[in-house]
Amino acid sequence: MGLALLLIIWLITFFSSYFFVAHAWWPHAISASAPYIDHQWHLTFVAMGVIFIMAQVTLGLFVWRFRDRGDTAKASYSHGNNKLELTWTVLTAVLFLGLNAIGSPIWAAERFQPADQGAMKVEVTGLQFAWYFRYTGADNKFGSTRPELEDASLGGLSALGVDPNDPTSKDDVVSGILELPVNTEIDLTLRSQDVIHSFFVPAMRFKQDAVPGLMIHMHFRPEQTGDYEIACAELCGLGHYKMHGIMRVVSEQDFQKWLAAREADKQ
Amino acid sequence: MTQSQGPAGAAPATVHGHAPTGFIRKYIFSLDHKVIGIQYYFLALSAVCVGMILSLAMRIHMVWPDASIPFFGAIKPEQYLTLMTMHGTIMVFFVLTTAPQSGFGNYFLPIQIGAPDMAFPTLNMLSFWTTFLSFAVMISAFFVAGGAPLSGWTNYPTLSAIPLAGPGEGLGEDLWLISIALFCVASMMGALNFITTTLDLRAKGMTLMRMPLTCWSWFITAILGLLAFGVLLAGGILLLMDRNLGTSFFVPGGLVVSGVPVQHSGGSPLLWQHLFWFFGHPEVYIAILPGMGVASQLLSTFSRKPIFGYKAMVYAMMSIGILGFMVWGHHMFMSGMSPYSAFAFSFMTMAIGVPSAIKTFNWLGTMWKGKIRFTVPMLFAIGFVSLFVSGGLSGPFLAQPAIDIPLHDTYFVVAHFHLIMGVAAIFGIFAATYYWFPKMYGRMMNDTLGKIHFVITFIGAYCIFMPMHYLGMAGNPRRYSQFTEVKYLAPLLPIHKFITYAAIITVSAQLIFLFNFFWSMKKGKKAAQNPWEATTLEWTTATPPPHDNFGGVTPVVYHGPYEYSVPGADKDYIMQTDPAPVPAH
Repeated sequence: MGLALLLIIWLITFFSSYFFVAHAWWPHAISASAPYIDHQWHLTFVAMGVIFIMAQVTLGLFVWRFRDRGDTAKASYSHGNNKLELTWTVLTAVLFLGLNAIGSPIWAAERFQPADQGAMKVEVTGLQFAWYFRYTGADNKFGSTRPELEDASLGGLSALGVDPNDPTSKDDVVSGILELPVNTEIDLTLRSQDVIHSFFVPAMRFKQDAVPGLMIHMHFRPEQTGDYEIACAELCGLGHYKMHGIMRVVSEQDFQKWLAAREADKQ
Repeated sequence: MTQSQGPAGAAPATVHGHAPTGFIRKYIFSLDHKVIGIQYYFLALSAVCVGMILSLAMRIHMVWPDASIPFFGAIKPEQYLTLMTMHGTIMVFFVLTTAPQSGFGNYFLPIQIGAPDMAFPTLNMLSFWTTFLSFAVMISAFFVAGGAPLSGWTNYPTLSAIPLAGPGEGLGEDLWLISIALFCVASMMGALNFITTTLDLRAKGMTLMRMPLTCWSWFITAILGLLAFGVLLAGGILLLMDRNLGTSFFVPGGLVVSGVPVQHSGGSPLLWQHLFWFFGHPEVYIAILPGMGVASQLLSTFSRKPIFGYKAMVYAMMSIGILGFMVWGHHMFMSGMSPYSAFAFSFMTMAIGVPSAIKTFNWLGTMWKGKIRFTVPMLFAIGFVSLFVSGGLSGPFLAQPAIDIPLHDTYFVVAHFHLIMGVAAIFGIFAATYYWFPKMYGRMMNDTLGKIHFVITFIGAYCIFMPMHYLGMAGNPRRYSQFTEVKYLAPLLPIHKFITYAAIITVSAQLIFLFNFFWSMKKGKKAAQNPWEATTLEWTTATPPPHDNFGGVTPVVYHGPYEYSVPGADKDYIMQTDPAPVPAH
């Protein structure tokens, strides 16, 4: 049984580790901050991977090596070893807290700093079960919204309850696709009209809950053109699995063309 | 540890009179902690069967959305969410909280410390029947109009606060909250009993530092339960008030749900998350600490060696308990909570990895130069260590907020918590079952069936949960009923299929356990008083133990719990009640 157990534990360890590295699981990353997040993942992955393999291999080895061989010899009588205990404690503390210290600046850059001056404002609104994206237009200001004006069946500005009498709302544009210019800092405002949703763009390594009653400010910068999927990552009701959208990153010129066309559509 | 007898007073022999003879007082409204322990165990056994069937239906629906499943029919997306919500709720509360603590703790804490019963037998009975009522209310949610809620076991408002937000968010949601409130009350009553019993009813010589590590784990778990369940109870009552009395603790103003304006204002959905996770994180340790205690007890017993670093094990459990109350915000890095607080929560969370690592090290140290006997309970204890390592090591990824950004609410998290608080804790329950079954029922469970059960379950658990890490890395969100709408998920379907096949096999293998359990109860080989040659007090009394546990004798304790392979002793174990000397250490 000892040998069987050793084989089972070792094989599980081998296959588990193998599949982690045999395939590029992470989606292709396109945001400015993604390399830092991915780097921190890799660092943690190597550290945890080494501990995982060492611990499992040792466990397998011990159960086989120290099996009852049916002889009369007794097991070793020992209540432990304080020196080893201390060494182990200090090593893990240094490793775990050190990893944390290394990773903290990445989080700080993501979430402590506001968006750069001059970043493009986009408002992201989640509602059961769609994402709406609003652009300020030329005045760089969002028009005010009023819940009593919301009517999702009309789509566009009405879905968000944008007040047509507010002069700043005149040039607002609402889209079902998140069209963004490449290499531009985006100043996101996340909100929700009904329940909690979570705005998840795997390619951007970006996720943030959209919470009813809160306006949450975030920022990111897409660095490659293309279409990337947006998913909802917070359980929001029966259509949660199909609450998705497209983030389309295009060149600055194409973006301006697109925005102008949307403005023209409104007229 | 010293060799002197401890200061703890002997249990008052008068608290426990003659055993009741009537069926109702003996088996239903029993005051005997052993009967109540078995009642809890059977409640958990029923719950785990329900929970597992729900998970199987979910797994089948995910990969074959149109399949018609016996008893369920073709599952709709909202029904999937209901199954998921009830699976999580039933497993966390009625299995992982109920079996290891209330079940085995009730049965063996008094015996292992040499007490004739729990400190408050009537309260004990009341805790069980309140838990039973709670389970009945929970199950009834399936059968009301609209069905059971779909808002997940975490039950975040506003989805859970507004009936229009989804099917099941009507009466089903109210029943869910009432059930959980009852469960909290029952758990707090149980916790008081465990704490008082441990502090006041230890036998002569049973100092705190001579208690088996199982008793320490039940004791610390009880303290966690007492502090944590009160907060969930408060949260549950507030949410019930928001839903039914027009208060707005969790619902802000200006919402429109399904086209209808919501008449609330001023509340915060994040308040619920704080209250829930202030309970929810300690709850993880409520589920796993008893398993750690059992694993420690078994690894020492079947390695025929004293536990490596007894005191370090006790202090590690205490630090896990204390730190466990300071890490709840790591569930909320993406919630919109202040990003600055993430620093504190992630620091504390990484810190909690240290005592967990100490425990792993000490388990390996216990086996080092041991003489390992591969009994079925030992196999499950070894499996526990392996799973604890695998489930634990994904923690430091999720504890770092920067890495949590892509991984939060994906299958990576599902893999993490299932391995550690699901499967590892269940392995603790299996280990405890195979270990104590002979004491509880006077017969041994079948060894061969037990080994087959272990091998399939161990490999199966890894086949189910290891691939979920890969899914999470690929960005597969959790709580999705289908993977057809979001395009990048389609290529991951073969992995989901593999997981479903593994789940079908692993769940089926549990029938071997159920058969073994009930067959052995009647037909198993008769068990001796101390079949495992173990040292703790439950093995000094008759099998099964008499009504007052020690047949009128009050045990006196001379040693710590793990005196195995003492040099010069004629056997390789010295019972705690054996006055034979052991070397100072």
